Amino acid sequence: MGKHGKDRQTETLKKVFRRLGRYRIFLLFTVLLSIVTVALTLYIPKLTGKAVDCIVTEGQVDFGGVMEILVQIGICILVTAFAQWLMNICNNKMTYQIVRDIRNDAFKKIEILPLKYIDGHPYGEVVSRVIADVDQFADGLLMGFTQLFAGIATIAGTFCFMLSVNVKITLVVVLITPVSFLVAGFIAKRTYAMFKLQSETRGEQTGLIEEMIGNQKIVQAFGQTENVMEKFDEVNARLQSCSLKAVFFSSITNPATRFVNSLVYTGVGVTGAIGVINGSLSVGQLTSFLSYANQYTKPFNEISGVVTELQNAIACAKRIFDLIEEEPQVPEPETAVKLTDVKGNISLSDVSFSYVPERKLIEHFNLEVKPGQRVAIVGPTGCGKTTLINLLMRFYDVTDGSIRVEDIDIRELTRKSLRAGYGMVLQETWLKTGTIRDNIIMGKPDATQEQITAAAKASHAHSFIKRLPKGYDTWITEDGGNLSQGQKQLLCITRLMLVKPPMLILDEATSSIDTRTEIRIQKAFARLMEGRTSFIVAHRLSTIREADVILVMKDGKIIEQGSHEELIRQGGFYQNLYQSQFAGA
Amino acid sequence: MKSLLIYLRNYKKETVLAPLFKLLEASFELLVPLVMAAVIDNGISNGDKPYVIRMCLIMVALGVIGLVCSITAQYFSAKAATGFATELRKSLFAHIQNFSYAKMDTIGTSTLITRMTSDVNQVQSGVNLVLRLFLRSPFIVVGAMVMAFTVDVKGALVFVVTIPLLSVVVFGIMLITMPLYKKVQSNLDRVLLITRENLMGARVIRAFNKERDEVRHFEKSNQELTDAQKYVGKLSGLMNPLTYIIVNGALIVLIYVGALRVDTGILTQGEVVALINYMSQILVELVKLANLIITVTKAIACGNRIQRVFDEKAGIPEGTADGKFLDGEDTGKKDAEEAFVEFDHVSMRYEGAGADSLNAVSFRVKKGQTVGIIGGTGSGKSSVVNLIPRFYDVSAGQVRIGGKDVKDYKIKSLRGRIGVVAQKAVLFKGTIAENLRWGNETASDAELWEAVETAQAKEFVEGREEGLSFKVSQDGKNLSGGQRQRLTIARALVRRPEILILDDSASALDFATDAKLRAAIRQMKGSPTVFIVSQRASSIMYADMILVLEDGELAGLGTHEELLRDCGIYQEIYYSQFPKEAQEREKGAQ
Repeated sequence: MGKHGKDRQTETLKKVFRRLGRYRIFLLFTVLLSIVTVALTLYIPKLTGKAVDCIVTEGQVDFGGVMEILVQIGICILVTAFAQWLMNICNNKMTYQIVRDIRNDAFKKIEILPLKYIDGHPYGEVVSRVIADVDQFADGLLMGFTQLFAGIATIAGTFCFMLSVNVKITLVVVLITPVSFLVAGFIAKRTYAMFKLQSETRGEQTGLIEEMIGNQKIVQAFGQTENVMEKFDEVNARLQSCSLKAVFFSSITNPATRFVNSLVYTGVGVTGAIGVINGSLSVGQLTSFLSYANQYTKPFNEISGVVTELQNAIACAKRIFDLIEEEPQVPEPETAVKLTDVKGNISLSDVSFSYVPERKLIEHFNLEVKPGQRVAIVGPTGCGKTTLINLLMRFYDVTDGSIRVEDIDIRELTRKSLRAGYGMVLQETWLKTGTIRDNIIMGKPDATQEQITAAAKASHAHSFIKRLPKGYDTWITEDGGNLSQGQKQLLCITRLMLVKPPMLILDEATSSIDTRTEIRIQKAFARLMEGRTSFIVAHRLSTIREADVILVMKDGKIIEQGSHEELIRQGGFYQNLYQSQFAGA
Repeated sequence: MKSLLIYLRNYKKETVLAPLFKLLEASFELLVPLVMAAVIDNGISNGDKPYVIRMCLIMVALGVIGLVCSITAQYFSAKAATGFATELRKSLFAHIQNFSYAKMDTIGTSTLITRMTSDVNQVQSGVNLVLRLFLRSPFIVVGAMVMAFTVDVKGALVFVVTIPLLSVVVFGIMLITMPLYKKVQSNLDRVLLITRENLMGARVIRAFNKERDEVRHFEKSNQELTDAQKYVGKLSGLMNPLTYIIVNGALIVLIYVGALRVDTGILTQGEVVALINYMSQILVELVKLANLIITVTKAIACGNRIQRVFDEKAGIPEGTADGKFLDGEDTGKKDAEEAFVEFDHVSMRYEGAGADSLNAVSFRVKKGQTVGIIGGTGSGKSSVVNLIPRFYDVSAGQVRIGGKDVKDYKIKSLRGRIGVVAQKAVLFKGTIAENLRWGNETASDAELWEAVETAQAKEFVEGREEGLSFKVSQDGKNLSGGQRQRLTIARALVRRPEILILDDSASALDFATDAKLRAAIRQMKGSPTVFIVSQRASSIMYADMILVLEDGELAGLGTHEELLRDCGIYQEIYYSQFPKEAQEREKGAQ
């Protein structure tokens, strides 16, 4: 691992501490409580020793003294236990709240990440950061809190006790112990990279699991279970070997530091014994020294254990911070204005766009749309019709040129007001887990039941919703699993019908709905589109014929533009397409 | 949880050796004070410096042996734990892979993913810790107790009371917190669900400006998770202080009893010290044990969640029939030739649904025929075709292929002869060729191109520089819906299926491409029996037979002409899509 890696590690650590800062009071409390706990824990053996001194031999037992000391011990025990309990609570609170904060931050970031990031990263990998990595981080942090402070306090406490007995031997102890730090540091440095690799491989595996279990039906339909298993095995085997390395090498720390401790113990033994022979120390002092030396080094073991756990935690934290610090979508300028009073003037001037620089898609495209006009986008499958929608809604920003709504560049508008101006139904239906109602009122949370029912009737969803076990309160499972594709689409249309925004985008809005229902919905759409600027991606040329402007797209480029009659007269690609519908089949 | 332990079977050696080496190390550790005692008793009292140094060298040697034992133990336990987790994940994945469609519908994907990842990790840490410490701590606890008995039986009775009391506290807290950890994990499931959902629905959420609501929603679930975690933490945090009180309380009793017994001359001062030492040794180990138990409790809760996945019965019982689907020529029976695919009063109900999705549907299809299936949204079109490859099972009636109930076939053999193109066009990360070879692993490039051509995808595949080696990203995000759909069709064609099912799989295709596709399929070698589910009359009107479904019942059966004459629903569908014909018809009627 290079210096660079170490810098990044420190960087991550700093960020963790910055997050801790918010909970300084708890932190302070934890430190105080652990000092109390440790001091009393070290004091109890001393009291016990005193008690033992009161029990000399037959007939020489000072019962009064014993009782007095026992009461003292009892009080110490109660206070210690109480302090321990409080400390646990503080630690828990602190850890889980930090974890909560981090998860919230990560999630907030997901909501403002550019779609480019979301489209470009497997969901499973992002999910694994928010869930598994944060969990690992929490474990490490909690362990750190519970053991680190207690450990440090114990070291400090015993150090004082030792000094009070003999300075020379204390020096021996103090000189040897740093060796265990060196050893722990040496191992930790090496294991960090291993933990990182483990974390990454885990992410890869989660991605694979997500992909395969998410689409299990297809996997089974093609009898690919065995092949998928093979792929899984490969990643799994890699994960096994890097986990083994990470787990094993990190777990060497503990025995290694324990070995150093035994050296300390031996060192004290030798110098102490020789000191006794030379007469500078009593046997009793040596005995107590040995027991303190033992107590002094034990926390070092624990701390080094914590260090490995923290290593893992930091590797995980880094992945989470990477996500949290991912560049968000272009922020709105301070001067961003709210789009109000939308009439539906949209103009695209000299727009160029490409997802990747190497593959140019739209180039120098111009279009003027007046209020109430219908723009149909047609073209063969996969010609990039959706790209245009990505630009209009500002899911992606144009590479060059500008898109203006009501003569304002959309980059100078608040995203919220721009998007609220559009009503959108996409081909890919998406429903969230919740009730049917929750899904319908997305655009208008305060809608009354009457409004909802009216919207559902307009989209012809009412009849099927009514037949569901709990009507509008029926719970939709993950990704609308219990509804058919067509039903999902009807719900998406209902959302739109409820909001009735000034501009519309319909991307194959009725592709999964049966034609009888579709005809009825089209009528409702037609009413809705009156006076509203609308963009329609459609296959059925009957819908397209009525559009004011038709954009014909092919291979991501707009190749023809005009009204139906004009385009037919041109006798180009559109005419060809139009002919094939009625000639074909 | 217990039954998960069989995944340690390949690591028997490691599982036994890890704790053994740990015990060995513990024993060496216990020897060290004895050596020190020798230093004090012999070395110091005789003023023998060389003896002191010799003994110290022995101590260093003991330390080295301890180090070696310990590292060996760590290695074995790490190997066993990671190996265990690997095998567990593997077999869990394999198990989930066998879940039937119905099962997947009811369980849901998110929770399966947490179980495969986060839960397995927790169990792995649990196993690792147990192997290293679980034997060691009780060994020392029991050892100290036995030693106490050798010192003084009556004094040791204090231990006899203390240790069970401790067990009650430790196990009691464990029992109480276990279900709570389960709750924490299911709260975590929920947080995962929302995260996943927001990644998938990013466009819709932004279009509706729901980012803030979603954040609030997430924060609420996250808070619930935090609360649950804190609550469990509070309870399990009682463990340390309680055990501390018990052990030190016992110490007080011990000193008092000791005082009484020394007073009557039964015990010496030194023996009391010994008893106290054993008690504090127990304390140290118990603190370790308590921490260990928290981790183990978590691991067990997670293990149980995994176990529950294993408890879900995988798959569906299979038949034994293998090989090609038989038709009339093969069996010599005229009757079988009549019906290559036959639905005999088939009813079907999805799990948890209120009503049947199909109700007593019967029809017969000859080999090589093309069957169109049309009907309204939710009329049961997909249910019909889902029954053919046995993605779901009938709740009444029988589906027969080649005269045999589909349940009599081996699943692999049955599905291997059917090409399915589902509604949702799903592709996987990998090249186009890799995706297509899902249909048939042994297909040559030429065969792939042939399928691509039939599926009308040739043009765009050729348009990519890499051709068939074009890399598809996860969920095919770098392709359009229509391109994905055509590739999924090609994938089904690559296997040269005897039965081809197109479940509304041309919805993203324009009419021209759709028509070309159907023409190409008709000309395919081996003339498969084709089922086309569609909303569009134009897609199915030239089929040899058309099924018209309405609310799960067969509302019409016949050719286009027959249905146009007799079937009201079909007429309505057809004329709604062909307004010109509808006008002519009206004119004719007038």
